[in-house]
Amino acid sequence: MKFTLHIWRQENAQAKGHFETYHVDNISADCSFLEMLDILNEQLMDNRIAHPVCFDNDCREGICGMCGLYINGRPHGNDDGVTTCQLHMRHFHDGDEIWVEPWRAKPFPVIRDLVVDRTAFDKIIQAGGYISTTTGGVPDANNILIPKHKADQAMDAAACIGCGACVAACKNASAMLFVGAKVSHLALLPQGQIEAADRVRSMVCKMDELGFGSCTNTYACEAECPKQIKRQNIARLNRQWIGSIFGRDRKK
Amino acid sequence: MNLDSKIPEGPLSEKWTNYKASQKLVNPANKRKIDIIVVGTGLAGASAAASLGALGFNVDIFCIQDSPRRAHSIAAQGGINAAKNYQNDGDSVERLFRDTIKGGDYRAREANVYRLAEVSGNIIDQCVAQGVPFARDYGGLLDNRSFGGAQVSRTFYARGQTGQQLLLGAYGALSREIARGSVRLHERHEMMELVIVDGRARGIIARNLVTGALERYAAHAVVVASGGYGNVYYLSTNAMNSNGSAAWICHKKGAAFANPCYVQIHPTCIPVHGDYQSKLTLMSESLRNDGRIWVPKKKEDSEAIRRGDKGPNDIPEADRDYYLERRYPAFGNLVPRDVASRAAKERCDAGYGVGPTGLAVFLDFADAIKRLGRDVVEQKYGNLFQMYQKIVDTDPYHEPMMIYPAVHYTMGGLWVDYELQTTIPGLFAAGEANFSDHGANRLGASALMQGLADGYFVLPYTMQNYLADQIYVGKISPDTPEFDQAEQAVRQRIDQLFNIGRHTTQPHTVDHFHKALGKIMWEYVGMARNTESLTIAMQQVKELEADFWRQLAIPGTAEEFNPELEKAYRLADYFELARLIITDAMHREESCGGHFRTEHQTEDGETLRDDDHFMYVAAWEYQGHDNLETMTAEPLHYEHIQIAKRNYK
Repeated sequence: MKFTLHIWRQENAQAKGHFETYHVDNISADCSFLEMLDILNEQLMDNRIAHPVCFDNDCREGICGMCGLYINGRPHGNDDGVTTCQLHMRHFHDGDEIWVEPWRAKPFPVIRDLVVDRTAFDKIIQAGGYISTTTGGVPDANNILIPKHKADQAMDAAACIGCGACVAACKNASAMLFVGAKVSHLALLPQGQIEAADRVRSMVCKMDELGFGSCTNTYACEAECPKQIKRQNIARLNRQWIGSIFGRDRKK
Repeated sequence: MNLDSKIPEGPLSEKWTNYKASQKLVNPANKRKIDIIVVGTGLAGASAAASLGALGFNVDIFCIQDSPRRAHSIAAQGGINAAKNYQNDGDSVERLFRDTIKGGDYRAREANVYRLAEVSGNIIDQCVAQGVPFARDYGGLLDNRSFGGAQVSRTFYARGQTGQQLLLGAYGALSREIARGSVRLHERHEMMELVIVDGRARGIIARNLVTGALERYAAHAVVVASGGYGNVYYLSTNAMNSNGSAAWICHKKGAAFANPCYVQIHPTCIPVHGDYQSKLTLMSESLRNDGRIWVPKKKEDSEAIRRGDKGPNDIPEADRDYYLERRYPAFGNLVPRDVASRAAKERCDAGYGVGPTGLAVFLDFADAIKRLGRDVVEQKYGNLFQMYQKIVDTDPYHEPMMIYPAVHYTMGGLWVDYELQTTIPGLFAAGEANFSDHGANRLGASALMQGLADGYFVLPYTMQNYLADQIYVGKISPDTPEFDQAEQAVRQRIDQLFNIGRHTTQPHTVDHFHKALGKIMWEYVGMARNTESLTIAMQQVKELEADFWRQLAIPGTAEEFNPELEKAYRLADYFELARLIITDAMHREESCGGHFRTEHQTEDGETLRDDDHFMYVAAWEYQGHDNLETMTAEPLHYEHIQIAKRNYK
């Protein structure tokens, strides 16, 4: 297969970015999108044409959350339920023009080309996206009974890989699906109840402080999430947040 | 070299208890004055940093990715073992210990493995307390499944994403400590050098991968939890950025490297399909619980499938060879990984392989779907089936998967004693980066167990035994000649790599060399090895390495975000490491676990150990780039367990 690629190039955070056009040929339909970029990079370096295109990637099996490209206007491209590394060229037509951009959101500044800084997500988790435990001194695992459907729902929410596609997809760059997934995962479990009220307030405040936008319920995040995290998690986040205002168990 | 494994006195089941009762501790006020560096944020690194931070130590933790949650532990699928005996099927600490020693083909230390089995239950308790959503049954209790090399169900799991959930648990605990200020996180930072002062590990030089700046970090102790070196084979199930460099840097500074030739080749991976391929994808071992592995009985059927004239569903039941069930009736499809991998290779080499290349076997769920229904199968393995479908573009609910072995895990690593301390005082190694618990073959679902055992329950104790004396030395300064020299050495190494490209007339990229190295290693140092293949491998690796130092071209500069440079210095280390793997494989004139020397096999193709001559850990010492390393043997003493032939029939 043959493709024309328009790729966002930006030398560093301060530099002004622009699109560059490249051509690749002889690409197998079974090739993944990132492998296609590998081939392009080899081509660029072999002929010393340009610095290779920088893009984040690691596990290449859709679980680490490192990769994330905005392809033809969609985070992770045109296949549903996959990350960029699992997107295969069979989902394109021979001769297609493909536009490749980094995530666009103020809290995710560009580092180079298609690589962005997502440490804002870590900061939100540090604001309370955990159950406070220290090592040792915990009860036997089977002392905490959890109904199967609750455990399953918690698992559905916990499957979030923190790639940032939800933010990239959102016209407001809102992180509600990401935060909702973590709040839900922990709120659904008995172990997570104790800190639930403080957790949701703290994480939402941090999200706002870092410059993520508000949710206007368009659910582009849900549509583009590679792990198909449900928008119900946003609803649960909102309920938890409202409950935390009127609840009695929050910190003074 | 003097190798003191520091195994505590007493009967096996009391060693760890005795150790903990008599070890030295650091009091809470002094913990605040002690600095610790942790390299790596996978299960071992994150859990160690979180636990040490919670105890009150000052911890600096480093990862090369943009977040600690990306570490490759995240990709572990199937589960984590623990001797809880929740299923009442006869499990116990003793049983898990025995299975692990046997699974490792009697090449692991008894005391370490016993401790691992002992703390395995605590890990599950800890993870549940953190909110890890393990699978449960309808009564709300934890569910289990079984894994290779075991006859009990002791594996806890969270769908096919157990590693992800365990890592997120550890990442949560780590995040809490970061918020409390006891741990400082340095993301997109890579360890480039270990700094040694007066014979002790006292810090590291790290490269800020965004700006390229070299930074100094000083501490009273350093923990390396940087994972394994499977990517020396280029194609493996490891992540693209997983690398052996942090461990190798320690080795070059004097830390012994143990059993490098023990490389695990996982039987169930999606087969290679093209030259452009960048990595191989694992299909969890848990699939062997319900999937049946087979190839056609008749060669003409295999050939027809390879040509595309027949599909797997055209082969009648009577013409299918379920070769694992045939050869190993006691364990069937759940034999350990090394055994299953070799059996697949044997069938394919004999001409029965399927797939376009003939290098694949079927993993069939038709029976399981008939027995359990599609819904149950989907619940258990849905995400794996989806992953398979996305990559291969066929539907495993209707057509068997095609799988083939691929490099997955490295049992070898930095030599550590019972305290997980390397031969450099103050330098500790945890998780896949050390060699300690798996012998010559790791059992499925034991990597997660070991990583978390090391980080949560071993290092927080054993490090204190070392650190108790360190309260007298005061803060370690990074402004000393040792740090100057270390930083200078890194600068030189980077300059040297850039210089090649400035002078060469035949420039080649890093991947060009890495792919070539991988091919040599897979071909000659893969599932089957012998004197001849290892001799060829050594010769070819040396030639390729020489070309690398003559023809490598790296774009850009060292003072910017430059992934090609990162790949280049990691590959430079892989060349040395590859030579050590070959040397070790050559010296070990026996077959054990993942190390299969074709000269040493039984009549029916099983591994043939030589306990009289090789019942030891081979610990290698670096002697400079051009010299052969020297080996010191640490004899293995089996006091508790009866040595036997490893039999899964």
